[in-house]
Amino acid sequence: MLNLAADKSFALFRVSPAIDVLMTGSNDVVMNRDLRILIVEPDPERVQGIISALTEAGWTDVKALAQISALDRTVKKFVPDIVLIDLSNPDRDTLEHISFASETSKRAVALFVDQTDDALTQAALNAGVSAYVVDGLKMERIKSVLETAIARFKIMRQMQSELDAAKQALEDRKTIDRAKGILMRQRNISEDDAYTLLRKTAMGQNRKVIDVAHALVTAADLLS
Amino acid sequence: MSDIVLNCGYVPLVDCAPLVIAKDLGFAAEEGLVLNLVAQPSWSALRDMLALGHLDAAHMLSPMPVAMSIGLGGLPARVDALMVLSVNGTVFGVSNALAADLGEVPFGDAQGLLAALAARTSGPLRIGVPFHYSMHRLLLSYWASSVDGLKTEEIVVPPPRMADAVANGFVDAFWVGEPWGSVAVQQNVGQVMMTGKDVWGFAPEKVLAVRHDWTNANEDAAARLMRAVFRASAWLDADKNRTLAVEILARSEHLSMSPDLIDPALTGQITPRLNHAPQTVARFMQFHKHAASFPWRSQAAWIARQLGADATGIQTAKSCFRSDLYRRNLGGIGADMPGASEKIEGALRFETAVASTGGHMILAPDAFFDGRTFDFPAEN
Repeated sequence: MLNLAADKSFALFRVSPAIDVLMTGSNDVVMNRDLRILIVEPDPERVQGIISALTEAGWTDVKALAQISALDRTVKKFVPDIVLIDLSNPDRDTLEHISFASETSKRAVALFVDQTDDALTQAALNAGVSAYVVDGLKMERIKSVLETAIARFKIMRQMQSELDAAKQALEDRKTIDRAKGILMRQRNISEDDAYTLLRKTAMGQNRKVIDVAHALVTAADLLS
Repeated sequence: MSDIVLNCGYVPLVDCAPLVIAKDLGFAAEEGLVLNLVAQPSWSALRDMLALGHLDAAHMLSPMPVAMSIGLGGLPARVDALMVLSVNGTVFGVSNALAADLGEVPFGDAQGLLAALAARTSGPLRIGVPFHYSMHRLLLSYWASSVDGLKTEEIVVPPPRMADAVANGFVDAFWVGEPWGSVAVQQNVGQVMMTGKDVWGFAPEKVLAVRHDWTNANEDAAARLMRAVFRASAWLDADKNRTLAVEILARSEHLSMSPDLIDPALTGQITPRLNHAPQTVARFMQFHKHAASFPWRSQAAWIARQLGADATGIQTAKSCFRSDLYRRNLGGIGADMPGASEKIEGALRFETAVASTGGHMILAPDAFFDGRTFDFPAEN
């Protein structure tokens, strides 16, 4: 027991800034320590979300990059084991070129090459994550990083589509309100009657209320 | 005929036209196909989606199926090119600052331009290309490596951002597909110096790509798709349809570009500099004429050679350009078939009549700027 104090790794733990994580975590967390993760993502909020998800799961060596133009330099200096990037990010082609053309012995490969775990691959695709890992890195070592990232990307994707839906709903309401206003003025009817008229017309033509409202607003704009 | 739904990936460029026309003018519907055109944000994404089965077919850079089939790049996979979607259609341009340095170089003078660039000695030339496995990059490497003393640095830039990359000095020059060369000129950030065909007269630019396994399992769907695209390409290449094609493409939700950005590529009227008269470039972007859609196995071999493939790799490349399926599926609808599936690339300096099933085949010049020829004999 006395020897433990002199143990090199013990000393290392004590001075490591990641000490809290290491002390509270399981053995897995200790193993995670030396995986270096780079995130390429321009949106600061999304970056923060991914970093905190990874940090909570025990990875602390995480760096984020908004601009692909600095990537070459960053990759050479930081030497990441894993690079995470949104599947739909147009910078992927640039990232691939840099990762594959880099002269370091740590050559990156696209994660999807390893299709041994098809469920994971499809989950990543559906969540919109693409990852590049250093060639030769064992799947079991990166699997939990990916699972964390996939979970996080899924939430972000869902939030985005909810946000888009909310925006659309707001836009639609404005259009319907304008259409109602036009009908109320032109036909001298109440708001409720205007809406009923829109709905009846839509049903009669087998269209949506919003489509009829759109047509009305466009026509009114043309005639005004 | 029951409808078959096909998800087909594309990148919004003028040369995705055969797919858009096949869908919007009903050539796909005539074959009982529902063509879902799915825009892709990058070539890497398009490749992943195709390889992992989320897309059935894709508008792909011609070197991509070759690279993937011989195991190069981010995601190796056996991918077939069913037919060529377009020949030529790219431009090489330089920033206004570099153009001033170079002085007067005639438009389309590949040799003269090379000499002028090599004479310039201020560090490596940073050249923007859309993707590493692109005809743009292969032509650039082939052309630039033929002269001593010209150092180039390849920088991958998404085409919609190419003009910005030139404007903010991130690249000195660019090799890009239309409309993005015309955009750089219109924004007055650069000048077009030559087109891809000044380096190789008849370069396969985009192909219709599918997974090799998919071809085998979906022979009927593949045949229908090929016929629809073949008819769309023939329609596009008829001179009388060009103006209408520009209108249809501009209105299509799949491209959403203004007609003046689509027009130069389809009419071959390339404006090299803002406020200068356009240059007429014959065969700037070819879809059908001169056997443009025929997937010559020798074209695949040339691509493989440029990618550094060995003899085995070259044979693999040849086998992924499916001239066999082209003959089988398009012979019945009147496509004129050449007597052979390979030719000596670079041998033709003029339009040349060749043996074909219909007897009407005239091949266009396919010479390289340096006069080299490439013969890839079949393996014994």
